[in-house]
Amino acid sequence: MSTLSLIYAILFYAATALLVVGLALRIKLYATTPTPLKIPTMPAPLTKSGAAFRVFREVAFFESLFKSNRWIWIFAVLFHAGLALALLRHVRYFQADVWLIIELVQPFGIYGGMAMVAGLLGLWARRIVQERIRYISGPSDHLMLALLVLIGASGLNMKFLTRTDIIEVKAYFLGLLRFDIQNLPSDPALLVHLGAVAVLMIVFPFSKLLHVPGVFFSPSRNQVDDARDKRHLAPWAAPMDANREA
Amino acid sequence: MADQKFQTPAFREYRDNPAIQIGAMSHSQPFIAKPEHNEPLGFPGELVENWEQKAVEKLGDLLDKNRALRVYLDSCVKCGACTDKCHYFLGTGDPKNMPVARQDLLRSLYRRHFTLAGKIFPGLVGAKDMDKEMLDDWYKYFHQCSQCRRCSVFCPYGIDTAEISMAAREIMDHIGVGQKYSNEILAKVHKIGNNLGLPKPALADTLEGLEEDVEEDTGVAVKFPLDVHGADVLLVTPSADFFAEPHVDGLIGYGKVFHQAGINWTVSSYASEAANFAMFIGSYEQMHKVANRIRKAALDLGVKRIVFGECGHAWRVAYSFLNTLAGPWDFLDPKYPVPQHILEVTNGLIKSGGIKLDAQANDDKVLTFHDSCNVARGSRMGDVEGGQFIIPREVIKASVNKFVEMDPQTTCEKTFCCGGGGGLLTDDLMELRVKGALPRMEALKEVIDNHGVTHMAAICAICKSQFTKVMPYYGFSMDMVVSIHQLVSDAIQLGAKEEL
Repeated sequence: MSTLSLIYAILFYAATALLVVGLALRIKLYATTPTPLKIPTMPAPLTKSGAAFRVFREVAFFESLFKSNRWIWIFAVLFHAGLALALLRHVRYFQADVWLIIELVQPFGIYGGMAMVAGLLGLWARRIVQERIRYISGPSDHLMLALLVLIGASGLNMKFLTRTDIIEVKAYFLGLLRFDIQNLPSDPALLVHLGAVAVLMIVFPFSKLLHVPGVFFSPSRNQVDDARDKRHLAPWAAPMDANREA
Repeated sequence: MADQKFQTPAFREYRDNPAIQIGAMSHSQPFIAKPEHNEPLGFPGELVENWEQKAVEKLGDLLDKNRALRVYLDSCVKCGACTDKCHYFLGTGDPKNMPVARQDLLRSLYRRHFTLAGKIFPGLVGAKDMDKEMLDDWYKYFHQCSQCRRCSVFCPYGIDTAEISMAAREIMDHIGVGQKYSNEILAKVHKIGNNLGLPKPALADTLEGLEEDVEEDTGVAVKFPLDVHGADVLLVTPSADFFAEPHVDGLIGYGKVFHQAGINWTVSSYASEAANFAMFIGSYEQMHKVANRIRKAALDLGVKRIVFGECGHAWRVAYSFLNTLAGPWDFLDPKYPVPQHILEVTNGLIKSGGIKLDAQANDDKVLTFHDSCNVARGSRMGDVEGGQFIIPREVIKASVNKFVEMDPQTTCEKTFCCGGGGGLLTDDLMELRVKGALPRMEALKEVIDNHGVTHMAAICAICKSQFTKVMPYYGFSMDMVVSIHQLVSDAIQLGAKEEL
């Protein structure tokens, strides 16, 4: 086992811990913060299942973004759907016996990686060219895109240009799963790719990537339109009723 | 208009988005509340010592109380989808009127004090400390948001800038920087019972006058009762309905509907205001206090139902919040939703034959309809999703033969605010109000030019006041604005039912 293998092992254990604990704490915070009032953006579904379906459409199809801006929607779908396929393709690195579905998704994972980078570049171009979006973009917005492009591009590079020993990479990650650190190939493209992924995992709970849990907790999307039928009362607000005259 | 110190925006031929003009509206701000406006609401009279820290503490308090605020401040990815959705941006080109930029005014403080990234790398994530410049920007630009929620329709995470601007205004109130218009009005409600400060004798006088007018006009003795114990229905309506054209014609319409349907109703002098301005300043406590005047009035008068008159923000608070703030309503008749909108009542009566309308009475008019933002995106009517769009149109179509829709990009859930909502209906913000009305005025012009529209109905006291004031700037007559119940009033067949 090389020093490099150890460093990356520590990096990935730390990144995973930060991602999981950080996200869990954030989700707990969202879940335990009360919603004092019913504020679904109307018209809103009248039933719980309807509201769940609304959130599902938002997550799966970016429904509101579709209404809003077709270009951003196209690039956002390219990026997110591409990323999803690429991630599925990568599941094989964590399975000794690869599931059939993961085997089937392999070729699409490559297209996914391309789509992801294309979508990111489209979003980035808008951020630079469109003056309204340029105005609202800060350094962190550009850096986040740079990081994601780096991940996608370094991954595609390993597929098409400078290959790495993926058998060894797989052995390394299977090893990490059982706390048995194997040898990691030292190809620069791989190290860049994995390093960038670890950085992404670390910044996830502390950045705008919180939109991922956020969309599920957005009251304007997940609340049911039933305010007249059911009294919705936050615990902190309830004691106020004791002060009223009637 | 000759006396104006600003240019009314020109109609845009192709609805292009304006180029951004940094600082275009940085001179616009409403009058700051004086101690006598703040103190009755329990807010400090003027800017407190240590306000920078107090603001951060209040933000922390709100973050713990309101999930929406926390999620919305975290979730924005700066995708830009909202940047061309706000009427104030479209009318002014000021980039701080883009919803995301407006949110960022608060988000920068949030990130500095409540996020790890903002504590370690403030410059990277746009985190800033509270200072005079930030407070000035807050006061200016959180009073250039009418809390209409249009941006929340288009945001992929449903981020509602209204929630953010309410929080910012609440923070400012807590450090002694209130807005005169809203706070002065709220003090009046606590003292007298309505926004206009009309005391009981003035109300009684007005309602008596209406009875005389209607009898003279129609020969029918339609009553406009005040503080009648044991009435079935408590009508809660914006106080503008007691006061000014075109609002009062709507009130006459409600009275005729109740009369003809044989519904025993009353207005309360104690709760003589539907609009709850506490929503504008984001204060749950104030909203609770104002809303519970209605509960007290309902209990004191022993009514069985509560019906709200035409008012947009009032109806959002009534429909979405009243049960929370002033419920439970177990002492009212369970057969009816609490509260009901007057249009739900009227539409139900039209359908059941309880009242009859002769649409020919309005044949001199070609109508269009402005969906009021808070009704459209903050409430519902009836029992189906989107009923708030269906019911007003059904009542209009029953009252008028000629009805034309405006551009669908400007109606229903995509409707534009009139430009005066959310506590901005004050003359010290006239330039903002005129410019913010641009998208609605453009859509209106289109149906006037192409379809000969003569009147625009609205169901909100603020819309009606705002339009009568700003339409002349765009070359339209203020008389074009009508209440839906003014149309009902003109079309309703009064008299014994068998004669009809």
